[in-house]
Amino acid sequence: MREPSLAGMIWRQYRLERRMFWRNPSAAFFNFLLPLLFLALFGAVFSAHQKDLNVIVPGIAGMSVVSTTFTALAYNMTFLREQGILKRIRGTPMPSGAYLGGIALSAVTNTIIQVGIVTVAGKLFFGVDWPRDWGELVVYVAVGVVCFAGLGVAFSHAIPNFESTAAYVNAVFLPLIFVSGVFYDSAKAPRFLRDIAEALPLVHVIDGLSGAMVKGTGLGHNAPGLGVVVLWGAAGLWLAARGFSWESRRN
Amino acid sequence: MENAIEVSGLRKSYGDYEAVRGIDFTVRRGEVFGLLGPNGAGKTTTVEILEGYRARGEGDVAVLGFDPEQRPRAMRERVGIVLQSTGIYRHVTVREVLEHFGSLYPAPRAVDEVIGLVGLTGKEDQRARRLSGGQLRRLDLALALVGDPELIFLDEPTTGFDPAARHAAWDTIRSLKALGKTVLLTTHYLDEAQELADRVAIIKDGRIIVEGSPTELGAASGPYRIAYRADNGDGTFVVHETDDPTALLHELTERALASGTRLEGLSVTRPTLEDVYLELTADA
Repeated sequence: MREPSLAGMIWRQYRLERRMFWRNPSAAFFNFLLPLLFLALFGAVFSAHQKDLNVIVPGIAGMSVVSTTFTALAYNMTFLREQGILKRIRGTPMPSGAYLGGIALSAVTNTIIQVGIVTVAGKLFFGVDWPRDWGELVVYVAVGVVCFAGLGVAFSHAIPNFESTAAYVNAVFLPLIFVSGVFYDSAKAPRFLRDIAEALPLVHVIDGLSGAMVKGTGLGHNAPGLGVVVLWGAAGLWLAARGFSWESRRN
Repeated sequence: MENAIEVSGLRKSYGDYEAVRGIDFTVRRGEVFGLLGPNGAGKTTTVEILEGYRARGEGDVAVLGFDPEQRPRAMRERVGIVLQSTGIYRHVTVREVLEHFGSLYPAPRAVDEVIGLVGLTGKEDQRARRLSGGQLRRLDLALALVGDPELIFLDEPTTGFDPAARHAAWDTIRSLKALGKTVLLTTHYLDEAQELADRVAIIKDGRIIVEGSPTELGAASGPYRIAYRADNGDGTFVVHETDDPTALLHELTERALASGTRLEGLSVTRPTLEDVYLELTADA
């Protein structure tokens, strides 16, 4: 007759999320194969130009951070809300924090796996050496994860139904990755595009990842950029908590 | 604590629309209480306030002695909820999802026992996405039971079922009563309330218009009715109404025997809950 512990509930929710993730082939595909496919394609295009490869590897790593957190959580939270699963969970003794914690940990696991894969692929196939600054890598992945996870949950509040999730998510995701220099050096973009990108978080995450993986510039070199990411993250978390709805607005 | 649920003066509005307009009722421990009414009567709003999903407007509400609006964990551990429509994870098996939900409660019921109780034996290792609609509804019930709750909310548990599935679900709900559980059932099916509920409240336009046991409600509303086919051969029925059916039957049968007629299609009926329900909700 003992109450299940909070940590135990987070852990069990996490394990269930992992099991469901691997059993859903389309989720596994979009999370792991798509970024690898991009990496392979752009790697082939730029194969002779190490300078471009040095841009594309941290760029894809940054895109991975976004797709495993922002995209995945916007999808998941919309699905769970519209299906009524959130409402069902709400009727059980599980504290909300334990439930959302398990889901968030699962998303972070995907981020770590994917950034790991990109890093290894960079070393093996694209002439990018092992990261020069592991501490900076960890900091930028961690801050990026919190920022984009919060924004993903917040964005799910704006999606009216599950059918339109893909349209809503891609309307943000695709312009974001293009403008933020996932596929090219953002310093070479036109001024107005650069200004837009600088106001958004992803370009700074990629900049930090690039510093950690390629340039070895150290954590201090883009402190204002890190600040931008933190501000977006704070706004995302605030909006995620504020607009959170356990059930579909249709009823 | 005598009562599982106590509701008094409950009101709830959505904007200008008043969905619940002053409701009082109590549900005693161990009984099946039916909230019966047409769609849009305020049943689901009432139940969702009791489940802790909605804030009440006015009035007092106690569920197992707790204020449901606070959603205390101790209450959620002792309450099982079957919502009108809820999804479940698609890529887990019946057993996995029941084990998972069971692990959230201090003293869960054995998974195999719950599977047997709702009639999902043989489907343990089926993934949820491969279950039929009726099987998913049984899984809903199983998920509400796996924590071994004292009080179970069933919001239209058999809507959309075929007759065989409905009877199977009714058997399950009867077995809950046999286990000593308290059940609050909402339904717009009269026969369901009549079959299952110890007491019924008929709710319409956000108010309870009558409350009592299904037989009381039927009996209270009118005399016995004795009918038989008329002798003239055109198939019409002769209908008598009486408060003393024994005497009237005696008189009728005596006369029939004496005259050698047969009183074809003889029946003695009381107004059923259905008659009451239709009468009370007719002037919509």
